[in-house]
Amino acid sequence: MENELKVPTMAELFAAGQQPEVLFWVGCAGSFDDRAKKITKAFVKILNKANVSFAVLGTEESCTGDPAKRAGNEFLFQMQAVTNIEVLNAYEVKKVVTACPHCFNTLKNEYPGLGGTYEVVHHTQFLKQLLDEGRISMEGGQFKGKRITFHDPCYLGRANNVYEAPRDLIRKLDAELVEMKNCKKRGLCCGAGGAQMFKEPEKGSKDINIERTEQALDIKPEIIAAGCPFCNTMLTDGVKNKEKESSVAVMDIAELIASAEDL
Amino acid sequence: MDYIPNIIFAIILFAGIGFFAKNIKKLSRNIKLGKAVDTSDNKSQRWNNMFRIALGQTKMVVRPIPGILHIIVYLGFIIINLEVLEIIIDGLFGTHRIFAFLGGFYSFLIGSFEILALLVIIAVVVFWIRRNLIKLKRFLNPEMSGWPKKDGNLILYIELVLMVLFLTMNASDYQLQQMNVAHYTKAGAFPVSQFIAPLFQEMSVSSIILIERSAWWLHIVGILMFLNYLYYSKHLHILLAFPNTYFGRLRPKGQFDNLEAVTKEVKLMMDPSADPFAAPDENAPIPEKFGASDVMDLKWVQLLNAYTCTECGRCTSECPANQTGKKLSPRKIMMDTRDRLEEVGKNIDTNKGEFVADGKQLLGDYITHEELWACTSCNACVEACPVSIDPLSIIMDMRQYLVMEQSAAPSDLNNMMGNIENNGAPWPFNQMDRLNWSKES
Repeated sequence: MENELKVPTMAELFAAGQQPEVLFWVGCAGSFDDRAKKITKAFVKILNKANVSFAVLGTEESCTGDPAKRAGNEFLFQMQAVTNIEVLNAYEVKKVVTACPHCFNTLKNEYPGLGGTYEVVHHTQFLKQLLDEGRISMEGGQFKGKRITFHDPCYLGRANNVYEAPRDLIRKLDAELVEMKNCKKRGLCCGAGGAQMFKEPEKGSKDINIERTEQALDIKPEIIAAGCPFCNTMLTDGVKNKEKESSVAVMDIAELIASAEDL
Repeated sequence: MDYIPNIIFAIILFAGIGFFAKNIKKLSRNIKLGKAVDTSDNKSQRWNNMFRIALGQTKMVVRPIPGILHIIVYLGFIIINLEVLEIIIDGLFGTHRIFAFLGGFYSFLIGSFEILALLVIIAVVVFWIRRNLIKLKRFLNPEMSGWPKKDGNLILYIELVLMVLFLTMNASDYQLQQMNVAHYTKAGAFPVSQFIAPLFQEMSVSSIILIERSAWWLHIVGILMFLNYLYYSKHLHILLAFPNTYFGRLRPKGQFDNLEAVTKEVKLMMDPSADPFAAPDENAPIPEKFGASDVMDLKWVQLLNAYTCTECGRCTSECPANQTGKKLSPRKIMMDTRDRLEEVGKNIDTNKGEFVADGKQLLGDYITHEELWACTSCNACVEACPVSIDPLSIIMDMRQYLVMEQSAAPSDLNNMMGNIENNGAPWPFNQMDRLNWSKES
């Protein structure tokens, strides 16, 4: 099964005269980061299992420009955006799903003004929809009764008001959903946003990811669920820093579901 | 001779209002120094926000204790100020309690004002304790030392004094009513001040009248002074919260503006028919500066934000950077913006309506690079603000200036941007390897 990932590209489908139901925007982290690639694969396994007709851009995908824009380089952002929009529009893409809230926010909110208007959903929203349509079942009980907390990614939660889709999925796993002191609208950032992922933090008394990890560990979860590859990295580092990696796992919602489905 | 008090009253009233109007004109001029922004869209949504957030105080109660106390003071000031209408009419025409004819309803009104006044006094005392004895963290940040701390306390003292004067005025009036003194017709209900009235029992009628008149005059003069104090303090929010919530952002918090000036350049670069060797048009306007280094580069709504900020610090206490000891404080961003705007305004006043370069700017002289680069753009500050202020937009505009005008990004970020430019990812991976994950087990 491991080696049988079906990952069609837009170019292949286009050559065969086909149009997928949805484009899976993998994003840079999902393509290159070792930890995030596991999330990408877990999500693709679910897509395969649910027989979703999808495709990726593959080598035609390029950074959305989000980190450039948040760093203040509007010029680079718009160059990236315009280039990506040309590709997306050439393939007549209607719907995009992505496992990265930063890509999600940029594609959904900032591309329309530059000529790229698509229906953009985060993978937790997409999975919730698959669940509602009965295309995935999530039976297995592997997570039954487990204490799971969800860390709200800023660009999914506060930035776009998506709070419930990931939580609905966790509940569906029969897990015990526990909330941190700061959650939903008042969720604390993991420390990676605004291009912080790519630089050293300014001088302070603590790193933000440690603060957030402490909030999570305070409620004694077995799993910290995330919905963003960057939050995942930050929290994984935080858990390691606290030497809790043997008892607390940091997992993406897609990984939880793939795991529950025994994929 | 009988008209002297009326004339004095009219002079004080019009001077008070006139001086305030003058400052409001200055305030409006300063705000207009900002760049134009179209806010003519979604009128109903905007009104809705204003009613919900400013009038309805919905975001105040996210923190229940200060939220409820604030609602008491807010209601107290709005409702008790109905009384000011009567005071103004009485003052101008020499009448006394002109609305007494309303009878039972008047008693209900005065009674409600008194209860509210007592509640305001309690709330103000609790606020003072929170600021000065409990030492809540958000009132102790570095930007709160000096004038901002004094300003916060001064406002509480003024409110306390005004409420005490109001109750003293009523108590002495009530005592005079009980003594059947002419002119003091029996009117109103005094659920609170009736307990103060016994203090005056032993006094002569003329002394009580003196107390009543003094309290009456000091109360109205105090209100006019407080009105004029607003412009010089953080307390402008009692007025500006309304326009600020109306003009506040409506789009998702994650949606940052796409800079139009950049779009033009990018379109030109991507246009295959554009001649790359064309001589530059000599008459072309000088390209707009990218981003913001001073208050005039910001949009006027951002400047309105700065005047609206009442320095409550909810933004700063929710800020992940500030919580972990970084220099960034979103409240300081707003206070700095206002301080610089005031400085620019004064510069214009002294130079006959023309801004003369003073070698200073918001960036560097007020807000440091270190503060700007500590932001994670998480929007916690924007979410926390009870009056729809957006400190993040100012931070982002200034980052744009640093990066696009000065190439002054931290070197790590320059590497990241170089990678995006070269290989379409923030890390140095080849774009041709983007699908390799699908082949790895």
